[in-house]
Amino acid sequence: MTETTRLKRLLERMGYDDVGGFSEYKKILILLIIAVIMFISALTAVVMGKYGFTVLDVYQTVFTHVTFGDVSAIEKLNNTIIWDIRAPRILLTLFVGGALAIAGAVFQGVFRNPLVEPYILGVSSGAAFGAALGIVFPAIFFSLQLSAFAFGSIAVAVAYLLARVRGETPVVTLILAGVIVGSIFAALVSLLKYLSTDAALREIVFWMMGGFYYATWNDVRVIAPVVIVGFIILWALGWKLNILSMGDDEARTLGVNPERYKFIVISIATAVTAFAVSLVGIIAWVGLMMPHASRILLGPDNRYVIPASFMMGGIYLIICDTMARTLTNAEIPVGIIASILGAPYLCYLLRNKGRIIFG
Amino acid sequence: MLSVNDIHYTYQNFPVLSGVSFSVEQGELCGLFGPNGCGKTTLFKCCLRFLAAHKGTVHINGEDVSKKKVEDLAKIVSYVPQEHKPPFPYLVREVVLMGRTPHLGGFFGVRRKDKEIALNALDRLEISDLADRPYNQLSGGQRQMVLIARAIAQDTPIMFLDEPTSTLDFHNQMKIWEIMQSITEEGKTILACSHDPNHVAWFCDRVIVISNSGVVANGHPRDVINNEILDLIYKDTCSVRSTDGVRMVMPRCIIEKKEQCNSGIVAEHPDHSRK
Repeated sequence: MTETTRLKRLLERMGYDDVGGFSEYKKILILLIIAVIMFISALTAVVMGKYGFTVLDVYQTVFTHVTFGDVSAIEKLNNTIIWDIRAPRILLTLFVGGALAIAGAVFQGVFRNPLVEPYILGVSSGAAFGAALGIVFPAIFFSLQLSAFAFGSIAVAVAYLLARVRGETPVVTLILAGVIVGSIFAALVSLLKYLSTDAALREIVFWMMGGFYYATWNDVRVIAPVVIVGFIILWALGWKLNILSMGDDEARTLGVNPERYKFIVISIATAVTAFAVSLVGIIAWVGLMMPHASRILLGPDNRYVIPASFMMGGIYLIICDTMARTLTNAEIPVGIIASILGAPYLCYLLRNKGRIIFG
Repeated sequence: MLSVNDIHYTYQNFPVLSGVSFSVEQGELCGLFGPNGCGKTTLFKCCLRFLAAHKGTVHINGEDVSKKKVEDLAKIVSYVPQEHKPPFPYLVREVVLMGRTPHLGGFFGVRRKDKEIALNALDRLEISDLADRPYNQLSGGQRQMVLIARAIAQDTPIMFLDEPTSTLDFHNQMKIWEIMQSITEEGKTILACSHDPNHVAWFCDRVIVISNSGVVANGHPRDVINNEILDLIYKDTCSVRSTDGVRMVMPRCIIEKKEQCNSGIVAEHPDHSRK
């Protein structure tokens, strides 16, 4: 058996075979191209930076580490800047972008609304409150990240419970509950801002703009397993998500228990979002835009939208973050760049593809 | 096959179903017939357990519906809703493929066989040309055909269709009724509600007429679709006539107009007959 037929067999076993115009090979090809672009953008981003290393220096350092070579042979400065500062930052960016984008794809599917973003159920406001608590009362809330994660999750849990009536969680109620919880936590954040010292206020504001300034390998170790596991589960549930996006009654007709699967996918999407937000602050747009971009490329089938969103979210944030740290002498918060780049894109969508995407 | 026993359902304080009972045998094409707001759709939703009936039971194949899991129920019952529009531009072929969901397994699930079944269902309704169009941009009638194809792909022993021909043109209406007949000939059971007494009279094996007070009539169309029942549910608007041995339900005003026309009264006051 040749390699190609073996590959074909494997794809068929996974359900990706080409029958009568279900043009799946083409979609797989697009996914592969996006994957290549993702690697290229990550490898380009490592080279970019204020400190002028040669391209050779950079890749030698990365290569030595990746192949478990002799690290002590590398110059100390190169090692510190390339491997301890840039590399974890790029990986963290990739995972955060991917996490927000898959969460966005999932929320848009579940809420049957292409204008939903992952923060719809209040995870960002909750996390902001948690982070602000950590900043203002460091003695009690010793870990800013833990506190942000906890309150982000609590916010979503409260919204979900608020919306649950007689064993059902209708989408409209859920969105309203998210708005309510979000505004309560936003008010609490304002209260903390009002009470805090100038230094703490500055820190809260910066946290909320989002940024990867302090990325370390430790952050990558925290977020990578969560995002990878969440991604695999959500990808496997891609078809179920398609059915959920048709509506509750439709899902029941087709044998997908809407309450159970809504709960599962919302929990996972919330978990990855809360992890991302608690590590890097609130970054808007990625979760809204990248699922759209994926749908334009691949159609609305979530079996393809989820992996494409993951990779494109990563690519987009890597580009934004690289700009954030190289455009000026100081660093621009990445949230600002993401929004400035993102708004025109959504405008373009609205003007050109509005009817197809927004129904 | 299907047996509905004393179903009650009340929206807020407004009772819709109060004690509906009937049963449908295997292989029957059963028409559900009744005036607007008499609870046909509600009855369907109770049978499919979208709504929990306040009283009464529904058994399919001898099993209580309320005790079955959603996954298992979808293997024995499919449902074609009246109108449905999703926000995402799934292609028609993907929507029909969704009908295979209850039979899927595995990581990604969709197998070659399922895709072929989906395409065959499109073929059967002669709408293969729609396969690559986004479902949410089709006309209402086209969407209805796609949903019927999806139910066929779901391949369940019993199908519920909620006004399957309400938005279709005449040609497609006849096509759908004929397809439903051929499906029941394969041994499957269909419960379809309709507002057209003629369709029900021409195509169904059994007709169940319901109103807010419960089942009004239940039996073969030739016994059920008569002046008495129609007068009861439609308040004296129809008459049953027979042309060349085919029974037709006609609006009474048209018949009167025709009779007056024949006797030559109408000429001066064309509006007279309507009053």
